[in-house]
Amino acid sequence: MADIKNLEGMIDSTPIMKDYADIESSKLPEYQIDSKIPEGPVAEKWTNYKAHQKLVNPANKRNLDIIVVGTGLAGASAASTLGELGFNVYNFCIQDSPRRAHSIAAQGGINAAKNYQNDGDSVYRLFYDTVKGGDFRAREANVYRLAEVSNNIIDQCVQQGVPFAREYGGLLANRSFGGAQVSRTFYAKGQTGQQLLLGAYASLNRQIQKGTVRSYNRREMLDIVMIDGRARGVIMRNLITGELERYAAHAVVLATGGYGRAFFLSTNAMGCNGSAAVQAFKKGAYLANLAFTQIHPTCIPVHGEDQSKLTLMSESLRNDGRIWVPKKKEDAEAIRAGKKKPTDIPDEDRDFYLERRYPAFGNLCPRDIASRAAKERCDAGYGVGTGNAVYLDFKYAIERLGEDVVRDRYGNLFDMYQMISDDNPYQTPMMIFPASHYTMGGIWVDYELQTSIKGLFAIGECNFSDHGANRLGASALMQGLADGYFVLPYTMQNYLSDQIKVPHFKTDTKEFDEAEKGVKERIAKLMAIKGTKSPDQIHKKLGHVMWNLVGMGRTLQSLVKALDEIEAVKKEFYSDLRIVGSADDLNTELEKALRLEDFLVIAKMMAIDALNRNESCGAHFREEYQTADGEAARNDKDYMYVSCWKYTGDNEKPILLKEDLKYEAIQVQTRNYKS
Amino acid sequence: METNINVNLKIWRQRSPKEKGAFANYRVENVSTGSSFLEMLDMLNQQLVEKGEEPVVFDSDCREGICGMCSLYINGHPHGPVQGITTCQLHMRKFNNEDTITIEPWRSAGFPVVRDLMVDRNAFDKIQQAGGYVSFNCGGAPDANATPISKEVADTAMDSATCIGCGACVAACKNGSAMLFVSAKVSQFALLPQGKVERARRARAMVKKMDELGFGNCTNTGACAAECPKNISLSNIARLNREFIKAKLAD
Repeated sequence: MADIKNLEGMIDSTPIMKDYADIESSKLPEYQIDSKIPEGPVAEKWTNYKAHQKLVNPANKRNLDIIVVGTGLAGASAASTLGELGFNVYNFCIQDSPRRAHSIAAQGGINAAKNYQNDGDSVYRLFYDTVKGGDFRAREANVYRLAEVSNNIIDQCVQQGVPFAREYGGLLANRSFGGAQVSRTFYAKGQTGQQLLLGAYASLNRQIQKGTVRSYNRREMLDIVMIDGRARGVIMRNLITGELERYAAHAVVLATGGYGRAFFLSTNAMGCNGSAAVQAFKKGAYLANLAFTQIHPTCIPVHGEDQSKLTLMSESLRNDGRIWVPKKKEDAEAIRAGKKKPTDIPDEDRDFYLERRYPAFGNLCPRDIASRAAKERCDAGYGVGTGNAVYLDFKYAIERLGEDVVRDRYGNLFDMYQMISDDNPYQTPMMIFPASHYTMGGIWVDYELQTSIKGLFAIGECNFSDHGANRLGASALMQGLADGYFVLPYTMQNYLSDQIKVPHFKTDTKEFDEAEKGVKERIAKLMAIKGTKSPDQIHKKLGHVMWNLVGMGRTLQSLVKALDEIEAVKKEFYSDLRIVGSADDLNTELEKALRLEDFLVIAKMMAIDALNRNESCGAHFREEYQTADGEAARNDKDYMYVSCWKYTGDNEKPILLKEDLKYEAIQVQTRNYKS
Repeated sequence: METNINVNLKIWRQRSPKEKGAFANYRVENVSTGSSFLEMLDMLNQQLVEKGEEPVVFDSDCREGICGMCSLYINGHPHGPVQGITTCQLHMRKFNNEDTITIEPWRSAGFPVVRDLMVDRNAFDKIQQAGGYVSFNCGGAPDANATPISKEVADTAMDSATCIGCGACVAACKNGSAMLFVSAKVSQFALLPQGKVERARRARAMVKKMDELGFGNCTNTGACAAECPKNISLSNIARLNREFIKAKLAD
């Protein structure tokens, strides 16, 4: 390991990377990556693919089994659509019902290139905005396909009975989101994720009723079973009985969400985890771009050490709210000391720093930029509240539109804020601060959404593919549903077309025996530690390391320090963990411990990925790589690639593989939201 | 401003659906009034784990009032004493220093206790599977703006669709009826042109399933709507009754 004392002033990690990973082997022929991007101009690739792909006839679909792990927007839409096509689907979730997956908490909306507002939108513009928003680190062909199918998603959801917001004339309403100059976001109050998920859940229920989908709740995947080099099954832990269960299929789909709880505090739900990604990693799937984790600018600030999670305030609030901190440091100090109120500060003493720095996009600049700008002001001593907060003020919107209009647009969000903070945002500005929210990085997939393991697919947030280094608002719902409704149901058939003669798999084979034995040993090892710290106590420590050293601003030195500290937390985990209760029973502490063990793997890979990437791009901000005015300094010459990491053993160095990114339909440029 | 308080807890503990449960008493000190109710229970569980005792099992996930996973009957009210919120949105500033707080699971024939405060709500999924959808396959939908829907209708459907499926309505009802839950879904679809096509079939199927699963009858006491964390209105039940009668008359 590199000695932190010798690294002073160093900004390029290349000389020390060999201590953490193998970054030289990427040139070897066996480590070249085939992303299977179809030939032809970007606008024709998906059409060409669909025209020439292989299909499975209806009589054969009945004989093919597919496991879908997860029931969020991606999982539920994939499971229901594959069921509609006639496949046998086994669908799993860790919650007590598929309807509770964390997609349900998405507030603001879903993008689509409908151009119903006649404001200049198009498939190309949605594609362009998404690639630019992702700071030119996403795969062009995937993003174009995403923009292309976005319109079908809205049609699908309206037909499902999703009650989107409408204008008085009866047509659909739209609003704007960060990183776009058009209004292309469809929404259902501040509960868009809920309504879209309930739509997918309804379609899923129809298939469960028909018998094409079998639904298993309160099950957690603890391993993927490989047979002859292909993913052919899973080991599930029944969270009620503690029993291990075996399920076999011709293909396995992971739709298991992001790894944002590596930071402990995040806007993710309590059960969100990165374990499926780690299991795939250990079986040979690559983890890609893990450094790209989104810190959302508008969350309710942390109140204390006993806090369990953070609450997001929808980005849609930035349509009408203005973000500011006091211009004078003495005002900020007086506010923090409780001697002044925000309403005491006159307009001329308020620094609307986003409008000042980014006049063209103002309060609607992308999330990574808005988050960093908030941190910059707070670090400079202008923060309010505990010092780690800025104001989001609706005074101006209320003056312009009236309180009723503001209430109609954001009422439920204002109520939610008041419930948590005890402040009335109609009368005093909201306080907000950035928090971990979404992970752009994840399991590497090719154009067909297949991982580097045959027969193992990854969809939705758990894959890496569409958002590059930063995701735009209202694009997560779009991607989850695009993958599940309109992409995977096609590409899956291309994979299964030569599997029609493969009979149903039995689960009493040696491969299943071995996988289950491995899981049993893993659980027994953790139960046997019998130390003194609960999983949550250790998870909080990991969270502090990640937030302070691998968070919004990273340096070579902070990342090296993080790798040391993650190692220390890991040591504590394996020597001082305490799990009360029994493994063969409902045991929430064991569930947390297993997830934490996997977060320790992801945390280390996040830090290694961030250390390797000697540039700033999107949400990955290496402080040593910035322009004179504090913007991200990208290095396209050396880093215009997807960094894929291959597992080589628990205590071995991972191997870096590079998928070079080529932009043919779009001109690569420096992101500019100023003019 | 936030302060710290001490609370005494009377919590229902039950090993399994078949075993008998009982109340156990606990005390949690130095709880910030800025903490949420579930964070207070996290503190209790940390204390129990430190003593080598098994933590109190309760469901929670999103902790922002939308997933419907959390439950709890707190001082005689589903989701606690504050109207219009879920347990995870309840904050300790609503309690006083040295309060005694009684915490029970949902109690209803339709929701058997799994462990402590965790119950089995699979019956709700089964009711939705019986007909809570529009029957069409992905890919066949017309353009989203092909059918205008008035803002009033869309907004009313949205109000019904806001149900989070937590089960507070059943827990609040002396008959253990699931009418508010069923009627919210039936209403959402009955209001929208996409859902109207199958409205009779849906109302029949969902009500039949609800009856089969052992939920009680509705006697219009209104406790469900009064305790609903999402303020789902009783008018949904009136609409379901109309839908159901119309469906029966058509038979």
